[in-house]
Amino acid sequence: MQQKERIRVYTWEFPVRLTHWVNALSVLGLSVTGFYIGNPFMHAVSSSEYIMGWMRFIHFVSAYALLMSVAVRIYWAFAGNSYASWRAWLPLTGRQWRNLVGTLKFYLFMSRKPPRTIGHTALAGLVYLFVFGLFVFEIVSGFALYSLTHQGLLWTALGGWLTGVMHLQTIRLYHHLAMYVIAVFVAAHVYIAWYLDLTERSGLVGSIFSGDKFVTDREWE
Amino acid sequence: MDKEPEREVPAGETVYEALKKRGVSRRDFLRFCSMMAAAIALPSVFSSRIAEALDAAKKPYVVWLEFQDCAGDTEALLRASKPTVADMLLDVLSLEYHETIMAAAGRQAEKSLQDVVRGQKGEYIAVVEGSVPVKDGGVYCCIGGRAASEIVREVCTGAMVTIAVGTCATYGGIPAAEPNPTGAVSVQKAVPGTPVVNLPGCPANVENITATIVHFLTFGSLPPLDAVGRPLFAHGKRIHDNCERRAHFDAGQFARRWGDEGHRQGWCLYELGCKGPETFQNCPTVKYNEGTSWPVQAGHGCIGCAEPAFWDRMTPFYKRLPPPPGFGVESTADSVGAGLAAVTGAALAAHGIGRLLSGGKKEGKES
Repeated sequence: MQQKERIRVYTWEFPVRLTHWVNALSVLGLSVTGFYIGNPFMHAVSSSEYIMGWMRFIHFVSAYALLMSVAVRIYWAFAGNSYASWRAWLPLTGRQWRNLVGTLKFYLFMSRKPPRTIGHTALAGLVYLFVFGLFVFEIVSGFALYSLTHQGLLWTALGGWLTGVMHLQTIRLYHHLAMYVIAVFVAAHVYIAWYLDLTERSGLVGSIFSGDKFVTDREWE
Repeated sequence: MDKEPEREVPAGETVYEALKKRGVSRRDFLRFCSMMAAAIALPSVFSSRIAEALDAAKKPYVVWLEFQDCAGDTEALLRASKPTVADMLLDVLSLEYHETIMAAAGRQAEKSLQDVVRGQKGEYIAVVEGSVPVKDGGVYCCIGGRAASEIVREVCTGAMVTIAVGTCATYGGIPAAEPNPTGAVSVQKAVPGTPVVNLPGCPANVENITATIVHFLTFGSLPPLDAVGRPLFAHGKRIHDNCERRAHFDAGQFARRWGDEGHRQGWCLYELGCKGPETFQNCPTVKYNEGTSWPVQAGHGCIGCAEPAFWDRMTPFYKRLPPPPGFGVESTADSVGAGLAAVTGAALAAHGIGRLLSGGKKEGKES
């Protein structure tokens, strides 16, 4: 395909890659165990089993992992490089708006090439902001439910306060529904990463492991 | 009883004297005091403090008001096969007004209420059962020609303490459920600023009513309350965490349909919509009717009757989650999720096919 000279750009710093994978694994663990907790599809044959117990244990441990990961990533949005910055999550500049429109056009087959981007596209940034909002909601609502039995200041601060605002059953419902929205995001995210990698040949999928993207001279300028 | 405030109740016998007259032995009396100490979650040493207090406490005057209710809490109080703990206390309360069980009627009944409210101002306990309608000037519930909202204001503001019993009095209950045609509100909302203890439940547990009164007689104060006005000794713990079927939950053993093998084995009722995980009451430990049974023991999931807005928010009673808003009553969160997944899959597949088609064309042109 393209034979142009490419430049290696260290795009995703270590904390970005680490939190990405902690998010991925914990979201996977939380979704599987959370689905079971909401709808126990496996049934124990003997009372010496501990299926729900283990599911809840994994759910809670993964929840703490996600909490830490989201906290680190938010910190890094202020401390990291320009690709990790919170500015990449909001279309603040005209350039970002043009990028947003260009990306949309590309996904809808209205243009052949995606706009030249090294970090997140402006569209991806907006979607990640939304997804992090969902993560924060899941964390708060999850700890609200956790605080029912773990009564204490920490749990009240992390989510217990929500029980004074929303009914418990409403919290449960939205905690459950948000999982589906996140699952939709994961499917689209993986598909788009693969699709963009095929088109751009920038090593996009590999970049979340190594941190390096390979861009053409023009993109680098 | 050094700090026990002297209440100026007119000459009358003490609680213990009244009990003795009814043939209650000292031993039974002390046993009752121990049970009460346990009920209000105090160490056993407090049973003697309770005994001292009840030895000295004058029979308190009580008026029991009923508004938009089914008399279920009264029934719970009266329907006992043998003399109960509650009987023991209620027999010794000076129950001056109770529409369901009083002999007096009409003007005579209303006069006895007025006698207490005027004559014993600040000295009587008001117990309220049922919600208070405030819509259209409160015309939906009138007693003796007066609106419930007016009666409750007069009686509760003059009371030493108000105890709201049952979910209707505490949170509006079923009368206040959507669409709430009568504008029913809780006692707390009908009489803002007045100290109210909420003892919800459908019906409220008699043991908790008794224990609350005993706490008041012993310490001269209300027991510690939670964020929605319920005593922590009765509503501090979640049903799910003290449930006798909890081991089946943790193991993963669930009744899936009424009458199936799991149901007959007494497994967890979680999948049949039990609301134990979101309801705070001491049902699993205190039970109902003298410790005879409670819903989960009888094979039916909790419906969350002790929680605010239970009729609107805990329904459907036989499903884990309420229906998502805007998708129709019968849809569940999982079917919405399945729908989302199908739409996503279709969108991604369409996109992939679109790329194949357009990409193929482009390459054809370029070559």
